[in-house]
Amino acid sequence: MRLAILTDIHGNREAFSAVLADLEQRQIDRIVLLGDLVGYGPDPEWCTDQAMTLVTAGALAVRGNHDHAIGDLSETMSTLARRAIDWTRPRLTDAQKTFLAGLPMTAALDDLLFVHASADTPEDWVYVTSDLAALGSFGATKARAIFCGHVHVPLLVSCDLRGTVREQGIKPGLALPLIRSRRWLAVVGSVGQPRDGNPAAGYAILDTDANDLTFRRTPYDVGATAAKLRAAGLPEALAARLMTGD
Amino acid sequence: MRRPTEGLEIDGFTLGACLHRGGFATIWDVTHALYRTPMVMKVPTILDGDDGPTIVGFEVEQMIMPRLTGPHVPRVMGVGDFADLPYIVTERIPGGSLLDLFKTAPRPLSEVIEAAARMAAALHDLHKQHVIHLDLKPANVLQRPTGEMVLIDFGLSRHDQLPDLLAEEFTIPMGTYPYIAPEQFLRHRDDLRSDIFALGAMIYELATGRQPFGAPEKLRSVRKRLWRDPVPPRAIDPAIPEWLQEIILRALEVDPARRYQSAAQMLFDLQRPAQVTLTDRAHRIRKDSAAAVFRRWRKMRRVTGFGTPPDMQTQIDRAPILLVAVDLSPDMEALAGHLLRSVKRMLVIEPDARVACVNVFKTARIGIDVATDDAGNSLHVARLVALKHWAAPLELPDGLLTYAILEGADPGQAIIDYASHTHVDHILMGARGHSQTRRYLGSVSSQVVAEAPCSVSVIRLPQRNAAPIPT
Repeated sequence: MRLAILTDIHGNREAFSAVLADLEQRQIDRIVLLGDLVGYGPDPEWCTDQAMTLVTAGALAVRGNHDHAIGDLSETMSTLARRAIDWTRPRLTDAQKTFLAGLPMTAALDDLLFVHASADTPEDWVYVTSDLAALGSFGATKARAIFCGHVHVPLLVSCDLRGTVREQGIKPGLALPLIRSRRWLAVVGSVGQPRDGNPAAGYAILDTDANDLTFRRTPYDVGATAAKLRAAGLPEALAARLMTGD
Repeated sequence: MRRPTEGLEIDGFTLGACLHRGGFATIWDVTHALYRTPMVMKVPTILDGDDGPTIVGFEVEQMIMPRLTGPHVPRVMGVGDFADLPYIVTERIPGGSLLDLFKTAPRPLSEVIEAAARMAAALHDLHKQHVIHLDLKPANVLQRPTGEMVLIDFGLSRHDQLPDLLAEEFTIPMGTYPYIAPEQFLRHRDDLRSDIFALGAMIYELATGRQPFGAPEKLRSVRKRLWRDPVPPRAIDPAIPEWLQEIILRALEVDPARRYQSAAQMLFDLQRPAQVTLTDRAHRIRKDSAAAVFRRWRKMRRVTGFGTPPDMQTQIDRAPILLVAVDLSPDMEALAGHLLRSVKRMLVIEPDARVACVNVFKTARIGIDVATDDAGNSLHVARLVALKHWAAPLELPDGLLTYAILEGADPGQAIIDYASHTHVDHILMGARGHSQTRRYLGSVSSQVVAEAPCSVSVIRLPQRNAAPIPT
């Protein structure tokens, strides 16, 4: 089975569409959305609708902190994120809000675990930014592979039989074997707001038969999204960040 | 985790006799209902508890081996999970490793050359698949009944496109001390020329019966190869030709930049002894003086590396073999000049390229060819002289330029055969203009473009058509 794993779409219609169009050509059996469908970007309604359609068609989805903040006003956020989420909230219909609030915190499929942030306390939205930061996730589950988002920077960590965690280099576009003698954690990057210096939309494809994971980047019309952000009166920093990917 | 025993059945494989018990693994004869090929299973010997190195080495093999194809690696039939029994099943290559052959070294020259060429061909094939072996030694080379060498044991290897699980694991140099390259000793695992060094050490041993750096057991002694040169092979056996000493000592250069830049370029020399450019290396008759070694020691004792090589694809691409097919007939002079300028431009971006200039001597399909002119001069030699004259302006350094006069009734086929035999990466050739003859004979260049096993660039003189007359 081939799974496409997408996360941190953040209301970026152009990036989301470009990735979905890319998936059309890649024999994907199932899509997994790791949360943060909304926030930051100018098209939260379209992105949420799209996610609802995908979930109806069999996609898995979990809740991200921005999705959660739509319904929970007490959620702590950075000023930038707060301004964007306050702009987003009145645009969503009740059905969309209900969908976001109803997303589960984690999802499992065979020996795989999907979660937005660190798997040990998902509701605390802990960033997994290094091999040591992945220790908590490995300790919290027996899953052979954990997939998460939240950081917006791709990361691959292995945990060997002795429990030693190691960051493994990522080679975009190349299939990396998730050898069965180790457990794995992957932060799959961000579709709608990459922060690793590459503005192209990031996601990953897991082939469970071949047992390998491919980090991919898909270019999209960043300028169009940035123009929409500016037209909507959202902070310029959000548009600038998309252009440079950091 | 299960333990391998005779009669054990796992994933459809049935274990037969244990063929070999090594320090790190056992090798078993196995059968499978669906496969008729004779097969062996390698199972790592994992001691209870903390046995990191063996596990990681086997993880590396399990990752790399299934990705390899071709006659120079064993075909993988199955891979076993660590949770149950870690194993790799491959086809069984009959006969032992080259270890037996090496025990009887020195071997006759013809045998040395053939084994060396076959090992170089196998190594080039591996490098093209993005793998640096990093543990080449006689025990890790098998030979098919059809002659091809098969490289085995990828437990220390580096695949350019996969995580390097080993780099993170060890703090001491990994490799086999008699054959390990200096930069590999300095813990660099990203240079394909490390394998060229090991191959050079093996050829040295096969030709002389001695290992170039002995069989050191301590790291300190291994380090000595950074400044202490080996005894020149001809000092051990003067019957070893100078050209072979040149090839061996070039492969054993301390600085990777002074070695062959690819196994294909080394193979090229092994296949053409007469054209090996002899340098100071070929003429050495003794080890360097103590003073020279001392000077090198002062320079090398603090060296930590020789400059980071580029990524593997760039390493493979930067040392190509270019075949330039030149037509030297008088009416093609302008085209030949144009071709020469194109080669020059290409050498600017590929300075390590090896250029093979060929000219095809078209023979009649029927009848006897005249190999000499009326005055008795060899036409073959005349062509060679003309070819060298044409290539002289390239001003290529020693060893990077060779010439060949090919013969054949079918010039296109002669070029294609030469290209595939010599592992050519790129062919440059001219295309003649449009003429009646060409229409009748068919185009050599289009035949080469269609059938060559590599890239082909066709050079054409700008067409100077008469301007259309306005009506």
